[in-house]
Amino acid sequence: MTNIINLWFAAPLVVSVSLVYAATRHEDGGAILHHALRVAGWIVSFMAIIFGILWMVSSQVS
Amino acid sequence: MAEFMDPQKDGTEIPLKDPFVAGFLAWMVPGMGHFYQGRTAKGALYLVCILGTFVYGLYLSGSSQVGWGRAVYMSFRTNDLRLPWLCQIGVGLPTLPLTLLQSNFVGHGQTPMWNGFMAPPELEFPEANAFRNEPAAHKSLSEIQRMLPQYFEMGTVYTMIAGLLNILAIYDACCGPVPAEMGRKEEDDPTDDSNANLEKTA
Repeated sequence: MTNIINLWFAAPLVVSVSLVYAATRHEDGGAILHHALRVAGWIVSFMAIIFGILWMVSSQVS
Repeated sequence: MAEFMDPQKDGTEIPLKDPFVAGFLAWMVPGMGHFYQGRTAKGALYLVCILGTFVYGLYLSGSSQVGWGRAVYMSFRTNDLRLPWLCQIGVGLPTLPLTLLQSNFVGHGQTPMWNGFMAPPELEFPEANAFRNEPAAHKSLSEIQRMLPQYFEMGTVYTMIAGLLNILAIYDACCGPVPAEMGRKEEDDPTDDSNANLEKTA
């Protein structure tokens, strides 16, 4: 349970990484926000997939 | 001073002013290069996101007992090669001068300033348990990690990512936004006029 609560520490990083990455691709504010949402979606999806794989592996081991 | 204008795909031009000055300012303080260029909205975005991440990392990796910002320090000592520092100095002015100064103090056997803020911890020694009540500036690395379970590592990750993100911001200050969609379109379409012009000029 503690480990799942710790996942919230990823949220500020996802926000800042996606915003900064998107800002290096566009100059317009709307385009930056749109791109940032897409990047954040990719990051969260990637993390969810890795989380699922690790969850399955750990449940098999224990 | 020569002004470099970067044409975007929608035809707007971005005043980059002197790219080297802008890049240096962007390295010193995140967003400062963009303020210099008059790109205030992006400068504010970089300042809040990058500096906010960095400051939060400093907060996570410290406490009143061990001192603040203990995950950011320079050390190339035996058994304490601090490679994350190479990423953390991407933030520039908030990191580099103080870490150099604090490392110099510790290297010469002096007590670091500001309760050990960004100072290298003491190296491990066998009788470490006898010095639990030492001031924060003299805490050992293992003691800091014991008193900040997991937060020391999280602070390290936050400050490293802030430094690496600022490298992207420095590139943006020097060269303008990366036109990703435009670049992909040009790759797909070899008959594009802009490619033909490039070949002519080459």
